[in-house]
Amino acid sequence: MSESSLLLVENVSKSFGAVKVADATNLEVNAGEVVGILGPNGAGKTSLFNLITGALSADSGTINFKGNDITRTNAAYRCKLGMARSFQVPQPFVGMSVFENALVGATHGAGLKPSAANAHVVSVLDATGLMARANVKAGVLTLLERKRLELARALSTKPSLLLLDEIAGGLTDSECESLITSIKNVHLQGTTIIWIEHIVHALLAVAQKLIVLDFGKVIAAGQPDEIMASEQVRQIYLGVDNA
Amino acid sequence: MNADTKGVLKTTISRSSRVSIIAMVLSLVLMLVLAWAPYWAGRAEMRLLGELFLYLSLASLWNLMAGYAGLVSVGQQAYVGLGGYLLFALTMFGGLHPVAAVLLAGVFSAFLSLPVAILIFRLHGAYFAIGTWVIAEMFRLSFAQVQSLGGGSGTSLPIGVVKSLAASRSGRESLSYWLALGAVVFTLGFVFFFMRSKKGLALTAIRDSEAGAAELGINIWRSKLEVYVYTSAITGVIGGLIFLQKLRISPDAAFSVSDWTAFVIFIVVIGGIGTLEGPIIGTLLFFILRESMADLGTTYLMILGLVAIVIMLKAPQGIWGLIRQKFDIELFPLSYFVHQKDASTQKSSGA
Repeated sequence: MSESSLLLVENVSKSFGAVKVADATNLEVNAGEVVGILGPNGAGKTSLFNLITGALSADSGTINFKGNDITRTNAAYRCKLGMARSFQVPQPFVGMSVFENALVGATHGAGLKPSAANAHVVSVLDATGLMARANVKAGVLTLLERKRLELARALSTKPSLLLLDEIAGGLTDSECESLITSIKNVHLQGTTIIWIEHIVHALLAVAQKLIVLDFGKVIAAGQPDEIMASEQVRQIYLGVDNA
Repeated sequence: MNADTKGVLKTTISRSSRVSIIAMVLSLVLMLVLAWAPYWAGRAEMRLLGELFLYLSLASLWNLMAGYAGLVSVGQQAYVGLGGYLLFALTMFGGLHPVAAVLLAGVFSAFLSLPVAILIFRLHGAYFAIGTWVIAEMFRLSFAQVQSLGGGSGTSLPIGVVKSLAASRSGRESLSYWLALGAVVFTLGFVFFFMRSKKGLALTAIRDSEAGAAELGINIWRSKLEVYVYTSAITGVIGGLIFLQKLRISPDAAFSVSDWTAFVIFIVVIGGIGTLEGPIIGTLLFFILRESMADLGTTYLMILGLVAIVIMLKAPQGIWGLIRQKFDIELFPLSYFVHQKDASTQKSSGA
C-alpha cells in the first residue's frame, strides 16, 4: 500500500449463489489518477463499482478510502466521504427537474448550505451543458441528456473520486468528444476518476492506467499501451478463441 | 459550456410561481373563513367539517409516508387507536385535561413508533404492509385486554372529562371544531415545510429512485425512520382528536383498518399519491361521495370501489396528477425554478 493511495480494494469477494461477481479483487487507485476498467459483459465491472460505492456489501475483503475502512459503511456515508458514481443505466429522479436532481447531491452529498448549493448546481449544469434544460423534468430527457445528468449529479456532490460507468455508451462521435473534454476538465480540477467503458478510444484518451476484469478477477493491470498490446487481453476482450 | 457568455448571464433561483402565490393567499382567506365557522355554520356542518379536517390530516400524513418515503403501511390505525385510547386513559386515570392528553398521546406514539419501526423496517414492499397491519392488530388485541378501559366492548368518556372541555354543549362543539381545524392546519403546514426543506428534497429523490438517492449521500433508512416517527406521532394526535369528537371508544372502532386506512388510501390514491395537493382533492371527493350517497348503504361502498377503479385506469397518477400533467402547476410551491436573464438567451421555462 503506497502512502498516496486514495482507494484501496483488498481481496474483495462477492457471490450471488454460484456466481462470483468479485473474486479476491485487488485495486489500488492513487489520488489524481484516471484509471480505466475494461472487460467483457458480465465480467463484474459494475459489480465492482457497486462494491466500492456501497450499493453492494462485500462478502469478504476490505475497502479503504482516504485511509478509512469503509467496507461496512453504507452508500450515503461513502458519498459524503467524497465518492460519487454515474449509473450505467441512468437513475434520474424522473419527477424532479434537472436542477433539483443535481441539488440533491449538492445539499446531501456535498452538504452545502442552500445558497452555496444553488450556486454549485448552476456551475455544474453549466459545465455539463444542461443549463438550458434546468427546469425540465428529468423524466423527459433524451439519452444523451440523461447521461449528462448522471455526470452532473455525481459532480454535484463535489467528489474527490468519481466512478463513471459506461457514460459514453450510446453517444455519437461528436457527443463523445465533448464528453471526453468535460471529463478531462473534471480531472484537471483534481478529481480522481475510475472509468468503465467499452468505447476504448474514449478511455485511452483520458486513462493513465488500465485494468482488465474477467469473471470477477483482475486479469491485467498496467500502462494503457502495454495492456492493449497484451495477447491475453486481446483474446478475452475481443472474444478471440483461446485455441 | 458557455464560458464566454457566462459573465453576461444572471442566474436566479425562485421557488414560487404566480399560481402558488394566489393559492397561498386563497388558503389563508379560507382558513379565516373556516375559523369563523362556529358563528356561521350549523351543528351538523361543523361536525362534518371537523371530521373532514381530521381525515385530510390522516391522508396527508399517509401520503407523506407512502407517497414520498415509499412506506406503504396499512397499519396506521395502530396510532389512531393508540391516540384515542391514550386520550381516554390519560384523562380518566391521569386526570389530565383532554387537550393535554391528546398532545401527550402524540409524544407516546412517537416513542412507541421507534421500536416498531426497527422491527418492521426489516420488511419490504408487501411484507412491510402486512407487517404494519399485524402490529396494528396486536395493538387492538392488547387494548381489548384492558378491563378498566372497557375491554372488548369499549367505554365512553366520563361526563366530568367531557365537561372539562367547556361547560356548554355548543362551547364543546366549537372547541372540538377548532381543535380539528388547528390539527389540519398544523399537519398540512408540517408536511409542506418538511417537503420544502432539504429533507423533503431527499424524500422526493427517494420516491423516484432509492438507488440514485443513496449514491447522492442520502441515508435512506434514517430518512424513512424520521418520516415514520413524525407521521406516527401526528397520527396519534389526530387519533386522540377523532375520539374526542366521538366521546366513545372500542377496540374495533379505534383500530379499524377500513375507517383509518382503507378510506385514507382511497383518498390519497384518487387525489394523487406523492403530491401535496392530492390528499386535499381526494378528501373533498370522498366526502362529496359519502354525503351524497349516505342513504345507499353498501351500494355506496361498491360505487366507491368503482370510482377507484375508473380513476386508477384513466388517471393512475390521481386527479391532481392529471391536472398537473395538463397545466404544469403546483399549489404548494416545492419546486425550484432557474431563471437566466440575458437579452440574447431565451427565458427559461417554468416561470
